[in-house]
Amino acid sequence: MVIETTTMTKDPILKVEHLSMRFGGLMAINDFSFEAARGEITALIGPNGAGKTTVFNCITGFYKPTMGMITMKQKSGDEFLLERLPDFEITKRAKVARTFQNIRMFSGMTVLENLLVAQHNKLMQASGYTVLGLLGFPTYRQAAKDSTELARHWLEKASLIDRADDPAGDLPYGAQRRLEIARAMCTGPELLCLDEPAAGLNPRESHALNDLLQSIRAETGTSILLIEHDMSVVMEISDHVVVLEYGQKISDGNPDFVKNDPRVIAAYLGVEDEEVEEVIEQIEEIEGEHGGTKQ
Amino acid sequence: MANVASTTASAGSELTARALREAVFSGLITLGLFVLFVGLKSDQNIRNELILTQRWGLLAIFVIVAMVGRFLMVAYAQPWLAQRKAAKAAAPEVAKEETFFSRNFSKIAILALVLYPPVIVALVGVQGSLKWVDNFGVQILIYVMLAWGLNIVVGLAGLLDLGYVAFYAVGAYSYALLSSYFGLSFWVLLPVAGILAACWGVVLGFPVLRLRGDYLAIVTLAFGEIIRLVLINWTEVTKGTFGVSGIAKATLFGIKFDASKDGFAALMGLPISSAYYKIFLFYLILGLALLTAFVTIRLRRMPVGRAWEALREDEIACRSLGINTTTTKLTAFATGAMFGGFAGSFFAVRQGFVSPESFVFLESAVILAIVVLGGMGSLTGIFVAAVVMIGGTEILRELTFLKMIFGPNFTPELYRMLIFGLAMVVVMVWKPRGFVGSREPTAFLRERKAVSGSFTKEGHG
Repeated sequence: MVIETTTMTKDPILKVEHLSMRFGGLMAINDFSFEAARGEITALIGPNGAGKTTVFNCITGFYKPTMGMITMKQKSGDEFLLERLPDFEITKRAKVARTFQNIRMFSGMTVLENLLVAQHNKLMQASGYTVLGLLGFPTYRQAAKDSTELARHWLEKASLIDRADDPAGDLPYGAQRRLEIARAMCTGPELLCLDEPAAGLNPRESHALNDLLQSIRAETGTSILLIEHDMSVVMEISDHVVVLEYGQKISDGNPDFVKNDPRVIAAYLGVEDEEVEEVIEQIEEIEGEHGGTKQ
Repeated sequence: MANVASTTASAGSELTARALREAVFSGLITLGLFVLFVGLKSDQNIRNELILTQRWGLLAIFVIVAMVGRFLMVAYAQPWLAQRKAAKAAAPEVAKEETFFSRNFSKIAILALVLYPPVIVALVGVQGSLKWVDNFGVQILIYVMLAWGLNIVVGLAGLLDLGYVAFYAVGAYSYALLSSYFGLSFWVLLPVAGILAACWGVVLGFPVLRLRGDYLAIVTLAFGEIIRLVLINWTEVTKGTFGVSGIAKATLFGIKFDASKDGFAALMGLPISSAYYKIFLFYLILGLALLTAFVTIRLRRMPVGRAWEALREDEIACRSLGINTTTTKLTAFATGAMFGGFAGSFFAVRQGFVSPESFVFLESAVILAIVVLGGMGSLTGIFVAAVVMIGGTEILRELTFLKMIFGPNFTPELYRMLIFGLAMVVVMVWKPRGFVGSREPTAFLRERKAVSGSFTKEGHG
């Protein structure tokens, strides 16, 4: 039942092959493969409990997958096997940044400080691993100024500049979501993984989020991988949608294709028992058609 | 009680009646509670027989105190509190103007500390200054330095360390042993003691890094005890419970503080007194403590300091931003331990004698209590807490007039821990985040606004 990838990405930034993740007796992800193209917005959708966040945690190193290979290919051509890297090196060296489903802010630090923490590795090097910085070397002072400027740039993008000196915990929910994205961007990623960035946002805020994501892609060329339930976000901004159900891929293609895929409709809306046969038939028909056109 | 503001005559008498009623009730409850505890006391007489002593007078005092207390509480204290609360709510929020004192607190405090020994000498004479400089000045500053060192681990990085005194011990024994076995001077051994303590910090850090919260606290507690037990039992080197005595004193650019011809007093043409050495030690520990504060302030603005605070706020988010949490925790442990080691070697040079007795768990607890009372992460708060706590217990020794009230057998310093505990409870109720609960941000775009304590986290270990 596993469908071959329909996207013929010439230059994938992220390649996930035969990914499986088992928690005890539960197969959370079962032989899942997909590719995310460079410079595109790829959405990972699926009903609750389908294993989307597990995929994210495998990509960003918070889980070690039971099986499978995750390859990150940077612009420079360097390849990293993410399943072999410890979590912090995935951000530091492979340049994959992420946000969380339940926002993780440094709530007692100011908004600006949050963005400076994100530039830790760069500043650490500039401060000569603290020693030179402690002695007041000019290299560190310059780097600190640059990082503040970068933070200012992202604060302006996320329209948080007025709250820069307020504690992050004091921001309203929508602003915290934007701050988390700005913070992830401050690490200088090539791939940005967003776990439900529109969750809990009102329509106006999720519209602003769409704009933010599209401008991130347009200006920095950062590829985006996102998990989302809000279909207005998914269908509007993503170039490519992957659908997951019970840890298996059930559909993969452009938003229009996925929207009309009976499997996806069945997964989301459910079908009556007597209709199951009918749906399967329909699916096989489409698959045949699709396979035919492909060759 | 909110309508008390509109007190009329009838309401006033009603209140008094209610207060009286409640006073009688509380008197009855007190009577019931204490009749067996206080009113009757079982004792043994000279023939080993159990007898009951009756203490009705004392019981009456208890009851009367409870009744009067309750009456005053209901009739006066509660309406006053309610009125104040109402007034506060009615008055518009006025931005508190910072006074000159609070703005320049640290500068004033440093100046006061620098001037402290000469002022004391001028006030009570050279010989009289001994007690004030040593018991109050040096003793308090040692704890200030230790608490500032522990603040890096607990206050900034949010790692609960119950065995901090172990590093203090490592520093003290490093100096004591290396100076008595190899005859090295204090100025050489001070950095060595710091480095050795930092190494032990890393050694402790490695196995416990995966632990969090309560588990981390228990393991660090155990580590502190291990160090102490090693010091007790490794008798060939440490002389066990006898301790190391006759530790060399520190010198000022090679000038010794003794009665010899080329000693400090002789060179300066001053009468021979041990007070000069104490004053020298005072400035030494003041310098060390200020070094700790300076490094802490600088480190907070470095990426590593920010990473410590970020670690306290959210460790998972730290990892997602590419911060190596292992090395970050280790540097926090090592830096904190290093200052503990400095303080330890100073302790050895001050006492001239070290034994495992000085490094019991209680010391760790006191240092941690100072950090928590002061407000985790705040240098000013911790300084104030150390002065109050350590200075307070020292001042108990001076309260000899209490003997006139409670009789000649009364020794106020025995109530040290009782008062310590009570003070902690009071402060935690009154200011749950410590004396200084707010956090100073390390960077700002437009204006530096203190972060309220309600946003900062305590860390998860």
